[in-house]
Amino acid sequence: MTDADDLRRRTAELLAAHPPAITGRLEFLRARFDAGLAWVHFPRGLGGLDAPRSLQAVVDAELEAAGAPGNDPGRIGIGLGMAAPTILRFGADEQKQRFLRPLWTGEEVWCQLFSEPGAGSDLAALATRAVREDGGEAGSGGDWIVDGQKVWTSSAHLARWAILIARTDPGVPKHRGISYFVCDMTDPGVEVRPLRQITGEAEFNEVFLTGVRIPDAHRLGAVGEGWKVAQTTLMNERVAIGGARMPREGGMIGVAAADWRARPELRTHDLHQRLLKLWVEAEVARLTGERLRQQMTKGQPGPEGSGMKLAFARLAQEISGWEVEFLAEDGLTYDDWTMRRPDGVDFTGREAGYRYLRAKGNSIEGGTSEVLLNIVAERVLGLPPEPRTDKDVAWKDLPR
Amino acid sequence: MNDGTTLPAAMAPDPDLLYSEDEDALRAAVRSLLAARSDPATVLAGLQSDVAYDTGLWHSLATEIGTAGLLVPEKLGGAGATAREAAVVLEEIGRAVAPVPYLTSAVLAVTALLGCEHDRADVAASLAALAEGRTVGVLAVPLPTAPGGLSGPASVRADAGGALTGRVTSVADAAAAELLLVPAQGPDGPALYAVDPSAGGVRTDTVTPLDLTRPLGHLTFDGAPGRLLATGDRAGATVDRALLTGAGLLASEQLGVAEWCLAETVRHTAERTQFGRPVGSFQALKHRMAALWLDVASARAAARNAADALATESPDAPVAVAVAQSYCAPVAVRVAEECVQLHGGIGMTWEHPAHLYLKRAKSDELALGSPGRHREALAGLVGIAAP
Ligand SMILES: Cc1cc2nc3c(=O)[nH]c(=O)nc-3n(C[C@H](O)[C@H](O)[C@H](O)COP(=O)(O)OP(=O)(O)OC[C@H]3O[C@@H](n4cnc5c(N)ncnc54)[C@H](O)[C@@H]3O)c2cc1C
Repeated sequence: MTDADDLRRRTAELLAAHPPAITGRLEFLRARFDAGLAWVHFPRGLGGLDAPRSLQAVVDAELEAAGAPGNDPGRIGIGLGMAAPTILRFGADEQKQRFLRPLWTGEEVWCQLFSEPGAGSDLAALATRAVREDGGEAGSGGDWIVDGQKVWTSSAHLARWAILIARTDPGVPKHRGISYFVCDMTDPGVEVRPLRQITGEAEFNEVFLTGVRIPDAHRLGAVGEGWKVAQTTLMNERVAIGGARMPREGGMIGVAAADWRARPELRTHDLHQRLLKLWVEAEVARLTGERLRQQMTKGQPGPEGSGMKLAFARLAQEISGWEVEFLAEDGLTYDDWTMRRPDGVDFTGREAGYRYLRAKGNSIEGGTSEVLLNIVAERVLGLPPEPRTDKDVAWKDLPR
Repeated sequence: MNDGTTLPAAMAPDPDLLYSEDEDALRAAVRSLLAARSDPATVLAGLQSDVAYDTGLWHSLATEIGTAGLLVPEKLGGAGATAREAAVVLEEIGRAVAPVPYLTSAVLAVTALLGCEHDRADVAASLAALAEGRTVGVLAVPLPTAPGGLSGPASVRADAGGALTGRVTSVADAAAAELLLVPAQGPDGPALYAVDPSAGGVRTDTVTPLDLTRPLGHLTFDGAPGRLLATGDRAGATVDRALLTGAGLLASEQLGVAEWCLAETVRHTAERTQFGRPVGSFQALKHRMAALWLDVASARAAARNAADALATESPDAPVAVAVAQSYCAPVAVRVAEECVQLHGGIGMTWEHPAHLYLKRAKSDELALGSPGRHREALAGLVGIAAP
């Protein structure tokens, strides 16, 4: 049984064998992975020790105190938060062995090829096609040839691999004809074009897929079962965006509180009242996430996780809006509109104007707040669904 | 989940926000008692009568299940449990809007007595009587008093012989009290006295409360004989601890109120048909209920955090309580208001229990410090100073 003491001992051993002061960053991260201290709730041999998820904090605290290098989660968030749990659940052994270690160390960045111009909230309507090259039977081993267009793909310009969903059978209702793949972003058929955002920079991209070849060994889950696999990705995405573990005054509220303390001349009663209210809501959201984590020390997040993202998005937007208002004249300026392609995502980085604008994406990315409210209403509260016209119709016969 | 993230060192304390198996078992016992004896129809019918509270129900809850002594150590005649268990009882009381003096006697009065010298025989005897549910104790403060809110001179004065004179308004469960704990200005400063309300010199004027399930009364002392329990800083500290504990655990009652309102609203809107489909299938209503669910889930985390901080005597308890009260009080009101609205006409009737929850929620919002008072306290506690 792995307990906190055992983890402390293992962490001390890792630090003794690879002193951070004289060990290369990547070398240390690889050694940490091999010691099972990367994500302790993962299986042994895959960066973990089958320990309760809550004990990760013990390892992190010890390593931070020792000045050990981190794996820069802001840069590899899609790999950590979405690809990894999906590969762990649906991947074959060779896939887990091949992908998880460089994913965690950050040697290989991942992106997510889900959304399309015609398929956003209604993701299952997607049109990107994957066809077996030799028209062979499932299981015959032939490569898949993928054609289509994806959009809003964060980090595609940095990525080595993508998680991809594509239509493999247009003749059945939309949820049933989708399969899930790992796509090689260095394939010559992959073209990435930056999309500039309201912040001025291009964190996301459009991705054109033309005759992209994917070996069948890079399929996750059965042919036609891709929607089920994607659910795991999406549920994890919502918790990854909205449920990150943080200290009190972590995230956006910490920035706002620091501003308040630093700039007494800007304070008004109205802003004080509103800041206190937001402070309470941020603290309660933090506790709600903590409670959720205590509930799911092992398994996969359920639809309740969507609630965390709802709260996170609303708070990030309100607090960053409060901050711009509080800063008065400084709130009227912007640090830099230069078009650039950032190396990762940082919601609380840069200045107030950037934070305010970037937060607008929080209620859109990973499922809009409207869609998440639908999910909570139907899957958590069990309320009756709205009447639907697209459920039993083959995808090819749907109006477009 | 940001697995592998390096965490900043300055974490708030690590609270246990879940329910233990013992807590679940306690909940089951309380819930089945309240389901059998305090269903909404019974509570409604009881409002017609003049009884201060449901004495039979109180006896079963306090004495037979033994909830009155949860906060009292075993060596003093109690169950030796903590605020975590008392919070579970209050959740269930909230869900049933049960008219019992649990918050007043088993939480406020018990905590106030625990802060006195309980190796004194008379203090120990009073505590044991409260813990066994034989006596209903009441801390004589106006129900809206926030923790730290009694810092001014008390409205009751005591002379050197211990005779009390003065008036305390809007005391919860005043008419039910068999033992009054009265903060008073004594000859040597602030003090806490025990008073037998049936002795001469105490008058209780009941008022018509907004929340009929938690009766209120004004207490007038006219030379009433008091027994000195504590003086000076100790008296102030024990009353404050009682108010802090009461405010923190009230959040769990508010959670229970909100939970019932949401569950009933979901049940009703999934069944009620208009325009040829259940009204609960309309997105305008679904989104409102989904938002309420998030509020209730968040209130649970805040209430558990406060209960855990009180149970573990964490130095973070004042922050945890202020956060829980600022958050849970308006959530209970909002869910109760939405409950009335989404029930339509039936929600406006006296017959339907929704109004009991609305009234409890609204009066709970004022009890033991309004959300605004708690946010003000927080401003000082976490360093977000006023302009
Ligand atoms: C910053 C950012 C990063 C992103 N990164 C990625 C990425 O890396 N990979 C990826 O695949 N995608 C990514 N996305 C895409 C994102 O998942 C989609 O934008 C999102 O799912 C919404 O789809 P849409 O843009 O087509 O909007 P639409 O679905 O067209 O929605 C338009 C409006 O209609 C509302 N709406 C739609 N359906 C309903 C309904 N049933 N009920 C009520 N309202 C409804 C929506 O809430 C929204 O307000 C990113 C988006 C952003 C903003």
